[in-house]
Amino acid sequence: MNSLILSTSSRYLLVLLQLFSVFLLLRGHNEPGGGFAGGLVAAAAYALYFIANGVEEARRVFRFEPLTVVVAGLGVALASALPSILGGMEFMRGVWVNTGIPVIGKVGTPLLFDFGVYLLVLGITLKILFSLAGEDEA
Amino acid sequence: MLALLVASFAVSAISPYIYRLLKARFVWFGAAFPLTLLAAFVLRYPQVASGVPVRERWSWAPSLGLDLSFMLDGLSLTFALLVTLIGAAVFLYASVYLRHYEEADRFFGFIGMFMTSMLGVVLADNMLLLFLFWELTSISSFLLIGFNHHEASSRSSALKALLVTGAGGLALLAGMLLLGSVTGSFEISSFYAMNELITSHPHYPAIVALILVGAFTKSAQFPFHFWLPDAMAAPSPVSAYLHSATMVKAGIYLIARFNHEIGGTALWQDSILFTGATTMILAGLLSYRQSDLKRLLAYSTLSVLGTLVMLLGIGSKLAIKAFFIYLIAHSLYKATLFLVAGTLDHEAGTRDVGKLGGLFRAMPVTAVTAVLASFSMMGVIPLIGFIGKETLYKAVLEVHPWGRVLIVLAVAASAFLVVVTLLVGFRPFLGKPRPELAEAHEAPLAMLAGPFILALSGLLLGLFPDFFVGHLLEASSVSILSERLGIEIELWHGFNLVLLLSFVTLLAGVALYFFRPLVLPRIEQLHFPALLKPSVWYEEALAGMLRFAAGLTSFLQNGYLRRYLAVIILSALVPASLMLFRSWRAGGFAVTLPADVSVTAYEAALALIIALATAMLLKSDSRLKAIVSMGVLGFGVGIIYIIYGAPDVALTTFAIETLNVILFVLVLARLPKFTSRSRPSGRLRDGLIAASAGIFMTLTVLQVTSVGRASGLKEFFGRESLPGGHGRNVVNVILVDFRALDTLGEITVLAIAALGVFALLKLRTGKTE
Repeated sequence: MNSLILSTSSRYLLVLLQLFSVFLLLRGHNEPGGGFAGGLVAAAAYALYFIANGVEEARRVFRFEPLTVVVAGLGVALASALPSILGGMEFMRGVWVNTGIPVIGKVGTPLLFDFGVYLLVLGITLKILFSLAGEDEA
Repeated sequence: MLALLVASFAVSAISPYIYRLLKARFVWFGAAFPLTLLAAFVLRYPQVASGVPVRERWSWAPSLGLDLSFMLDGLSLTFALLVTLIGAAVFLYASVYLRHYEEADRFFGFIGMFMTSMLGVVLADNMLLLFLFWELTSISSFLLIGFNHHEASSRSSALKALLVTGAGGLALLAGMLLLGSVTGSFEISSFYAMNELITSHPHYPAIVALILVGAFTKSAQFPFHFWLPDAMAAPSPVSAYLHSATMVKAGIYLIARFNHEIGGTALWQDSILFTGATTMILAGLLSYRQSDLKRLLAYSTLSVLGTLVMLLGIGSKLAIKAFFIYLIAHSLYKATLFLVAGTLDHEAGTRDVGKLGGLFRAMPVTAVTAVLASFSMMGVIPLIGFIGKETLYKAVLEVHPWGRVLIVLAVAASAFLVVVTLLVGFRPFLGKPRPELAEAHEAPLAMLAGPFILALSGLLLGLFPDFFVGHLLEASSVSILSERLGIEIELWHGFNLVLLLSFVTLLAGVALYFFRPLVLPRIEQLHFPALLKPSVWYEEALAGMLRFAAGLTSFLQNGYLRRYLAVIILSALVPASLMLFRSWRAGGFAVTLPADVSVTAYEAALALIIALATAMLLKSDSRLKAIVSMGVLGFGVGIIYIIYGAPDVALTTFAIETLNVILFVLVLARLPKFTSRSRPSGRLRDGLIAASAGIFMTLTVLQVTSVGRASGLKEFFGRESLPGGHGRNVVNVILVDFRALDTLGEITVLAIAALGVFALLKLRTGKTE
């Protein structure tokens, strides 16, 4: 699609939507949001960018191979279980640290787990999206 | 012992890399690995021989009755020593034998795993743990038998071994679980005093049948014997190991292990007695017509395995003694002979006995080794095999009332073993040197040392039996029979009936050997009906399974999405509606609408929009229209979630709907022109399916809300979310904290689905390129 307005605005929208997705991820524990929704929004951001600028450009901007992101997400989610194992607690019991910093507050392994979900959802969605779009061009 | 096994697995895992690093010097490492293990077991010999088993226990999953518990008693130690001693010879041999194989590095990983698994089988005290190792031996032998995976025959042999022993393994697991439910424990050592409890339980026959099927498949007893000769596709060192100390001996070990606990009844004793005797004589007969060195040896192994099982079936003190000696003797000579067969193959280039001959001059050490092992196998004084056979005959003669029949069978089977040894151990070396084998020469030292030492130990054990195996025999008999034997092992028993039978065996064997050229052509003319061969049954079952799978797949996955959807919906709908119906019949619920139904204007409008969008979707005559109405439909549902206070779900729904529309638009361009392809009848059918699914869901929701089941979960999550999960968003806290393990499972499924998408798309691009 060749639209100068969309193409230009998508550059800013990409950044904004990404920020929004991270915002969703972080607030998810207390307000609506979370890793799943955050990951979908982040994927939607790239989808928008790809509609405006083509799949190759979107791939270049994303920089990672989507499957790598999927694996990384799974790895992060699994790694979030490590503290509970090393601490000798039940598997995947949440471990929280109170940082004392006003905005951030308590940080815990569930957040890390949620981040893993975020990455995984982002990776899968982009994998499917890029694959379908890539075939289209070929 | 856990540390030993873990270390052993670890060394096996890295040995491919060590092999690549050391190349020719790997010989030293290869031998040192099993020898270290051997030393570890020898150090424990005094304690075990004194009658006190070495025990070890680590908690693993106690709620399942699964613990890492190990016990080293006489029986375990005997096997452990054999596994590591023969392992040392095999490793040493293989590190030279396989030097020209391309993938030799992987081999050492596999065979290390094989050895460790077998050690695990004999050391485990927990039945479930034993089962784990048991299956590991199947898997590692699958990898080893199929080692030459370029050859189709190799692969199918490996598959055959895996399927037969794997199916037996499932039976074994069922038997173990039954046994566990009867005794209330999975620790084998705790069954020791429970013989009466187990044998009088109504499940006893099932337990015996299932466990014996497991043991018989593993030890290749009739009618499961057919996988073993095919396993000859493996490299010779593997065959040597498989036949002498591992895998096929696992079944024997299992029967011996459970002999005291679930034995003693007619059912147990007679089953193994007759299966063993059948295998013994049948395999002897089958071995007669073979001409390949390794197949000859394979059938003789079958025959000996049958003999061992038969001896356990006889179960007298003398029979256990014979079992024990025969077991050790067989392991030593069979490993030796397989390695010799490998050497002949390696140096002379053929394994066909008809083409071998006159190699004594070229390969004197190999020849001496082979002859020494052959004497043990024939039962010639003063080797351990002689004592084994004498004791075997004595034990068989004692049997009442079948003794006379069994002794004839035993002598006949032993005579066939003599034929095998004459063919394998003597014939390749005797006679004039053949011109076509002029290139043959002696094998390198590393390939000679192992077999020679094993053959020599057969002689030493024969000369000083009491010194070497006396204590072990006593300790083992406690494990098998629960009492000490108190019988000395002697080489010479004087001139008696048994000695006479030994001579008869030898004479008969030699006679059979010389008649072989006359008899063989006649055997070739015989045609046995295919129905009599268990291997044909196996082939048929396998082919039938594949046909069934192909039929089912083409029915369920015919390539039309609507068939998939119909199958998925119906297979969920039918059983679930039955449940719902039964609950209705039982008065479980009445479909009553809440009394105070109030619909706001927003809700009514929303419902109307959704209904209109659905109608438009059904009537749409272009894809774009359909996609737009789908989007409207999805967003409408999302708004419902907002109204009823599930913003999280709504958020996700919106995101999904957005991406859905994008995906549809992407594929839209490439789809063929929109046509109405469905016939009215098909539409009616689909409509019915959709309507019944809708009605079912409505009824389910009505039931759930009308019953108002008191579930503490909602309150629990609401109460504990903030203090326990540090979050106010209950949905998210449940997802990432309370039920994080479920989520982990789900995202793993998602990741696998992504791999599936990747594979499918790659497949398509592969086609176009």
